[in-house]
Amino acid sequence: MLFAALLALTLLICFPIWFAVTGAFSAQWELEAKLSPIFSAGEGMAAWSALPAAPTLKSLVEVLLDSPGFFTMFWNSVMISLGVLGGQLLTAVPAAWALARFPLRGKKAILTAYIVLMLMPFQVLMLPQYLVLQKCNLLDTLGAVILPAVFSTFPVFILHRFFKAIPQEILEAARLDGAGELRIFCQIGIPMGVPGILSVCILTFLDSWNMIEQPMTYLKTKSLWPLSLFLPEIGMEEMGVGFAAALMMLIPALLLFLGCQEYLEQGIAMSGGKD
Amino acid sequence: MTRKGKGLRPASRQNIIYWAFLLPNFLGVLFFALLPMLQVLLRSFQSAIGGRWMGFQNYLAVLKNAAFQIAVSNTARFTLVCVPLLVALSLALAVALQAIPPVGSALRSAYLMPMAVPAASVVLVWKVLFHEKGLINGALLALGGSGVDWMGSGAAFWMLVISYLWKNLGYTMVLWTAGLAGIPESVYEAAQVDGAGAWQTLLYITLPNLRGSAYTITVLSLLNSFKVFREAWLVAGDYPQESMYLLQHLYNNWFRELDFDKIAAASVMTSAVVFVLIGFLRKAWDGED
Repeated sequence: MLFAALLALTLLICFPIWFAVTGAFSAQWELEAKLSPIFSAGEGMAAWSALPAAPTLKSLVEVLLDSPGFFTMFWNSVMISLGVLGGQLLTAVPAAWALARFPLRGKKAILTAYIVLMLMPFQVLMLPQYLVLQKCNLLDTLGAVILPAVFSTFPVFILHRFFKAIPQEILEAARLDGAGELRIFCQIGIPMGVPGILSVCILTFLDSWNMIEQPMTYLKTKSLWPLSLFLPEIGMEEMGVGFAAALMMLIPALLLFLGCQEYLEQGIAMSGGKD
Repeated sequence: MTRKGKGLRPASRQNIIYWAFLLPNFLGVLFFALLPMLQVLLRSFQSAIGGRWMGFQNYLAVLKNAAFQIAVSNTARFTLVCVPLLVALSLALAVALQAIPPVGSALRSAYLMPMAVPAASVVLVWKVLFHEKGLINGALLALGGSGVDWMGSGAAFWMLVISYLWKNLGYTMVLWTAGLAGIPESVYEAAQVDGAGAWQTLLYITLPNLRGSAYTITVLSLLNSFKVFREAWLVAGDYPQESMYLLQHLYNNWFRELDFDKIAAASVMTSAVVFVLIGFLRKAWDGED
């Protein structure tokens, strides 16, 4: 009974994803036939089947080979995600180490400010960030999306929790051996913090790959748009292409999820645990 | 490697090293978030053009704005419906999955997967599902019910609820699972010795022991509920059906019209609400120590 209910729920939850995947392998004519009530005010209700009747790679090929626009947007998404990821690794990892392990004055206040910032909805930060970006002439560049995201405080907070869990004795032993702080960080902190760093990487990637509000607010030029803004623009008439492009956006996120699920779960659990 | 002397180094030098770790990040946060937020706080008391001192006039203008009132009440209603639903459902799931360990962990991946799915790549799916002649209405008709006008009536609100639950169920469940894992095995063993049944164990042991997690999870879900805007915007655009017009839509539309004075005042008020919520969260974290 319990098992059947759980299984039903699983199917329900996975259905939209399965829908998106099978849609990408369906030909335009098949989509139009099944969904004609939606497309062209056809009679009856739209239908869907578990598998496409005539699976085809046509839409995918069309997106990959014949849509230069798609490539630009895909590349923009990649640049944004890698830019954010790289910037965070460079600045957030040492900062988290400092907050977790050094007796800094004002540490508590800084950590509180970081927690407050990480929990603020984007809409609160929208105008402040816009004004800074405007002053720095960064509006309408990829930097406008990347830079504020690099300094999002969520990764610092999560990493600081992972770093805090490293036993103090190990660090003391290294200090007694005369190791400098930088060396302790590089040779003990980073290796022992790998699970934390990985979970931050996947959380950051999913977040920046999925970004919508920020590019929508800070980018005007369409050639700078990431995929997430391009996809909703594809009309119903081009549904085949729409599904195929959506799949191309889904694949990197899903692969990363399947590969790093363990770290993702650790990261989530850390975000809910006590301070 | 270096020619540092052994023994005690001067404290100031040590401090410089400590700050060198933190500063690159901290300065960025200061520059891109904290300082501009203060600037916006200042602007909320000024006119949009010319920067004349307005006192609380911007705040009054926002509070009297009809769109603002609708957006606040929708956002509040959405939060009050979704958060309890999400917290309860995900708890039930976490407990159920724990009862069947091997299958449970496989199913957990399935529940978590929507978290990895970019909102934009399922827009088409949502559109087909919630269309008036779409799949959900088709299923409702087949079951003998009647179709619902998802995009054009108050039912739009429920579309928002469904997509929020779909996206967040797995995340919240993982938070609960972490809480469950924190209950010591010995407590359960003691209950077993006393002859407690499964339901009794759940009611008198599991749930009371999760009180701390419940608090944290509720607050985190409240804060996360702001993010549902993505789905709402992708499916219904800037001006959706009135029942799903959220604060986030309003901010965006004001932004496009360059009503910076209104946004500034509204941002300050939103931050105030978030501050209060965070206060509760910190209390929860301190209480667990």
